[in-house]
Amino acid sequence: METSIWRPILYLVGIMAFAGLNAAYLGWCERKGAGRIQRRPGPKEVGFAGLLQPLADGIKLMTKQLMVPQGVDGIIFRVAPVIAMIPAITSMVVIPFSGNIQARAMELSVLLIFALASLGMMAVLLGGWASGNKYAIISSARAVSQNLAYEIPMLLTVISIVMISGSMNLRDIAIDQQGGFWHWNIFRFENGHFLYMWIGFIIFFICSLAETNRAPFDMAEAESELVAGYMTEYGSMGFGLFMMGEYLNIVVGACLTATLFLGGWDCPFGLTPGVWWFLLKIYVLIFTVIWVRWTYPRTQIYRLLNLSWKILIPFSLVNVLVTAALIKVF
Amino acid sequence: MSGYWSDILVGSKSLVTGLMITARQFFRPVVTENYPYEVPEMTERFRGHIELIANEETGKPNCIACMACQRACPSDCISVAGKKMEGEKKKTVTKYVLDFTKCSLCGSCVESCKFNALRFSKEYNLVSFNKDDFIIDLVKRLEDQN
Amino acid sequence: MTLPVELRHDETFVLNLGPQHPATHGVLRVKLTMDGEYIVKAEPVLGYVHRMHEKLAEAGNFAQFMPNTARMDYLHALAFNQGYALVVEKAAGIEVPERAEYIRVITVELNRIASHLLWWAAFLLDLGGFTPLLYAFDDREQILDLLERITGSRLTYCYMRFGGVYNDIDDEFITGTRDFIKRLRSRMPSLYHDLVTHNIILIKRIKDIGFITAEQCRKYGATGPVARGSGIDYDVRKNEPFSIYPELDFDIPVYNECDSMARYMVRMDEIEQSLRIIEQALDKLPDGPVQAKVPKLLKPEEGYYYSAVETARGSLGHRLICDGGKTPYRLKLRSPTFSNLSLFGEVAEGMLLADALAFMGSLDLVIPEIDR
Repeated sequence: METSIWRPILYLVGIMAFAGLNAAYLGWCERKGAGRIQRRPGPKEVGFAGLLQPLADGIKLMTKQLMVPQGVDGIIFRVAPVIAMIPAITSMVVIPFSGNIQARAMELSVLLIFALASLGMMAVLLGGWASGNKYAIISSARAVSQNLAYEIPMLLTVISIVMISGSMNLRDIAIDQQGGFWHWNIFRFENGHFLYMWIGFIIFFICSLAETNRAPFDMAEAESELVAGYMTEYGSMGFGLFMMGEYLNIVVGACLTATLFLGGWDCPFGLTPGVWWFLLKIYVLIFTVIWVRWTYPRTQIYRLLNLSWKILIPFSLVNVLVTAALIKVF
Repeated sequence: MSGYWSDILVGSKSLVTGLMITARQFFRPVVTENYPYEVPEMTERFRGHIELIANEETGKPNCIACMACQRACPSDCISVAGKKMEGEKKKTVTKYVLDFTKCSLCGSCVESCKFNALRFSKEYNLVSFNKDDFIIDLVKRLEDQN
Repeated sequence: MTLPVELRHDETFVLNLGPQHPATHGVLRVKLTMDGEYIVKAEPVLGYVHRMHEKLAEAGNFAQFMPNTARMDYLHALAFNQGYALVVEKAAGIEVPERAEYIRVITVELNRIASHLLWWAAFLLDLGGFTPLLYAFDDREQILDLLERITGSRLTYCYMRFGGVYNDIDDEFITGTRDFIKRLRSRMPSLYHDLVTHNIILIKRIKDIGFITAEQCRKYGATGPVARGSGIDYDVRKNEPFSIYPELDFDIPVYNECDSMARYMVRMDEIEQSLRIIEQALDKLPDGPVQAKVPKLLKPEEGYYYSAVETARGSLGHRLICDGGKTPYRLKLRSPTFSNLSLFGEVAEGMLLADALAFMGSLDLVIPEIDR
């Protein structure tokens, strides 16, 4: 692939716009969705149907003073929110929005995304640690054990995908699934066998909820236990960046799920593939994330670890073995 | 081991049921009231702060300053004064001040009144930055209303 | 409960839960000595909203204390109204007309449902589920509308009077209440039980957590759903009947599991039983006056008087001492939540922070009632 100066510039502008828009308007979607589920209108005062609400919130957050409480580790405290944003934005380099909209089609793009996802956890750890607040430290400790536990089943399901496609390049994985929904990894037929990838899909979806600290796995935030967890001491844009980072992580998670399991930009009926299908898929996934959050109560930290170690990891291991056996042996 | 599998099956079923319920609620109309645009009507017995009742003919308060309400009040928030006007049998109220900061809207004063001179108003959206605004002169309030 | 890890008491830190904390629902402070996420010691600290209500009772005449009763347990205010009215009626020897007794029971039970609905909502909020709160408030709003129609206020009712009630109920209230019973019965199975009670996350979260033995309940004097969740079949409405409860047919739900789930189920069943009580009381509602002739200024004879009622949180006792004057000589309240909270320190030891908060939610604490 030839390198031109326009590629990074376009990437920067495009991704920043996409990321900023999503981070702002997912907040609106979340509030509106929560409102409808709870039989109330949600934001509606600022602009038509409250559409200017994210702007108002942004202005409010930006004009507030950036408080650095006494006794915190000043540098890390300031750096942590930025670290929350960086991995999410960087991950988008390798996401294939469509056949020809992608910043870089790296060979090991799956690996890159998972490496960056682990980095995102660092923001929570550092932010909570630097705050010097007891609630924040408990929250950081929770976040780390949670992310470690959920990275394993997530990677195991991805291994089965990589086995099917024979590539770790997200673009190749997506191209491999073109041509209608029966080609998608979630309903995959290979060698005349039906691969039980829908189990992998569910495992992956649950793990992505846990990875992005979303309810019912929002152990790190747990507002009724830990006040606001690692964000307790943050105000102004420090808090704003954490929130945006959280939403961007959801977007990246949805993009990854769509690419790995739902055929990327492929049309379900084999017609007109394109970026709109990709966007449709990720927003359906994001809506499901919001829907799940406003339906369930929060789980408990050891229930969460139990779920990972006792159910998700064995299932994903068996899934890898069965997939391998069906592809290669029978 | 049977508990393990039944937990997974029953658990997943309960989770899907939950999602279905919230999905159904999602498409139902909202039940909340659009407050500043739709104002709820206060019920007949709504207990706002008290107000004096005017005589239908004269427009003057029915109150004869008998002090029953002042004695009945558990929080001492009513202070009444009256004097006998020339040519009249009963006293006329000259001062009726309600200290609404102390009032707990119990209604003891309204119950104690035998002369149909007190009732609850329908005012509910009282707000101020100044505490003095809630020391209400009810005689003046009645005159302003007329 | 056996501890999953051995606690090392030399590596602890103190976590101040409250007085401002989202899970304490009011100004309760719990001083937690923690070892990581495990609680080594829990010490509830009370007194942040103490308003010396008991002393205030001695300041005015008997009727003047009535508005204060609603301000202790603001969620089941009518039961506090009724409890105080009962003890004064006992002291002064006042007969209450039958219709007034029925109206008292109907409104008190409606208020009990409202209180349980709010507890349910707040408990789910403690567990991180926000949506059930709004569904419960939707139903609770219907009750508040009904009660506002007849009492004139929505939360701190001052509806009971010595020898009756403030004013009569009308047909619109009766049909409204019947509609509400139908509505809640149709909503309970899906919006309450399918969405929450059968949810695996909730079951895993509160089952076998917060184990209170019957012995502990007796030791600390816990009553109400807390005791009934531990297998103690005690309800003032059945065991020391007052008002017209003996004439009505209802059950007292008792669970033997002793955990948070048992207390949860007791309350959910109590909502249904309260609906039954209201239905029967509406059917049997007699005609007649709602207020007996009572002297303006009560002067009960010298003596000690006690009466108890069952609030949504347990047994509420009023001990009234009269010296023959027009003011109570002493009024002592035995409020249920105070005893229920006393359990917390002992039971929470060795629990995880999140479990302890779920356990605290299952006790249904109303802080102004503890502090009075």
